[in-house]
Amino acid sequence: MKRNKKTLAVAGAALAAGVSLAAFADPLPPAVDTLVKMGFPAPKEGELVHVPPTMADLEAANIHPKLKAVIRRGHDLFTNTQQLRGKNVFNDMNCSSCHLGEGRMPFSGPVWPAAVTLPDYRDKNGHVNNLEERIADCFAYSMNGTPPEYGSDDMLALSAYHQWLAKGVPMYPDQPIYGRGFPAPQRPASLSYANGEALYMEKCAICHGKDGSGLYQGGKYVFPPPWGDGSNNWGAGIVRTHTMAGFIKNNMPLGQPLSLSDQEAWDIAYYITQQERPQDPRYKGSVDEVLEKFGPTFHKFSSYGKVREVDGHRLGDHANWGEKGEKIKPWNVGRPRFKDLEVEQ
Amino acid sequence: MTNKKIANGLGLLLGIFLVSGQALAFEGDAKRGRAVAATCTACHQADGSGMNIPGGESWPRLAGLDADYLAKQLHDFKAGRRQNATMAPFAKMLDDQQIADVAAYYSQMPVTPAQGGDVDAELLARGEQLALHGDWDKYIVPCKSCHGPGNQGAGSTFPGIASQHAGYIENQLRAWQADKRSNDPQNLMGAIAKRMSDEDIRAVSAWLASQTVTSKK
Repeated sequence: MKRNKKTLAVAGAALAAGVSLAAFADPLPPAVDTLVKMGFPAPKEGELVHVPPTMADLEAANIHPKLKAVIRRGHDLFTNTQQLRGKNVFNDMNCSSCHLGEGRMPFSGPVWPAAVTLPDYRDKNGHVNNLEERIADCFAYSMNGTPPEYGSDDMLALSAYHQWLAKGVPMYPDQPIYGRGFPAPQRPASLSYANGEALYMEKCAICHGKDGSGLYQGGKYVFPPPWGDGSNNWGAGIVRTHTMAGFIKNNMPLGQPLSLSDQEAWDIAYYITQQERPQDPRYKGSVDEVLEKFGPTFHKFSSYGKVREVDGHRLGDHANWGEKGEKIKPWNVGRPRFKDLEVEQ
Repeated sequence: MTNKKIANGLGLLLGIFLVSGQALAFEGDAKRGRAVAATCTACHQADGSGMNIPGGESWPRLAGLDADYLAKQLHDFKAGRRQNATMAPFAKMLDDQQIADVAAYYSQMPVTPAQGGDVDAELLARGEQLALHGDWDKYIVPCKSCHGPGNQGAGSTFPGIASQHAGYIENQLRAWQADKRSNDPQNLMGAIAKRMSDEDIRAVSAWLASQTVTSKK
């Protein structure tokens, strides 16, 4: 697939809501300029830079009022996912707990790339996933729950919000995406649990609690729990130490990204990801079996199944499913696709 | 059925970190605090409502604020960690027990309405945007992400700011911008305040002042 970068840049600039630049352009969009001035890397030559539309842009957009309402509903679900508590969500998280800035922020797992890079093959489940399936994964792992049905109103609203955020970006872009994911800082030569613990208590506990349980005020969400029953389960992407380190470095403490050194971010990540959390939904009674099946693609990056040095505890070796209990199984986990489809290598 | 955790222990633990070791070991008694508050009413009023003084030093509403938050501020005034020429001499008159008592007294009062929210709709809309959604393109995170649901406060660290006088909020944000206030933990407020324009500050202060807090958090 060949693309004319210049054409794309012009097309992007012409958008009323949302700005996409395929090639490096000067001046930078104000939102990116803010980040660069805060110390984030400037977009590299050839990177796809996209500033997703805001909710104000949505209100001003010339689209059908019913579509607007659906996208608004998706935004509401994204930022207050707790409204699905007990139905699809069984922990204390919202989508926006990890995807800051309503899913729009570079370096904070911006969600719009999923809308333009999927369907695609994912190592995690070994088949081609579309946007809905990707969102469903978040429910199974990060929300320790079970997803809304494919094609359901809630799923449609969430996908519509993702796609709206991608407004103006070409499908299947060839360029690397600026600020995609939670880019991890350079991994230091060694990681310290003790230092991570001390730093967590000093810099994180004020909001997230010394016991990692986050903060609820009057029964309402304020700060998410980084571990424990209220947090994501062992199958969530952010249990991987590098993902947590990338999240912390680029986003924490709130409002002060990049204020921690690489070593500090990694040590805190190392500490947090060595605390307990609900079981990986792929577990069928044996940690070793999970490691055998999902180690090469996933858990080799996490501390799952490792023995914690401080107390000899084997992480993840339990049958605690958190609030969802044993009976609720995320229906999407382990569901195959295209079993009989021939693949030409 | 959702078992939500309420922040109570957290605030106390933090308080012990932030204030000196002993200070919060004193349990406040609102009845005793009433007597202590006699000194405060000239500015903060008998009902704890304070006063909005446009262009001047507005006196904050204390009614319904978290007791440990109030106690920390008094300790900070006393120790010079929060600098305010008006408050310092009064805070210095109070011992640790009196601080705990007067903080308890004001914390138990019902939240009173605030002034300064009477501005044009456009400014209010900007204020609402900042308070509830932030402006991430300027890396201004929403107020509510720390100040809690309805901006009515979270734990003992993040005070309720809804239904606070606009003049007071404006002054505080400007103080943070100018490094004249820095007793927030980890510069959490200071970092954000410095990214706000003058209009942002007026907008968010007015919108927060325009909010009605009907029940105590």
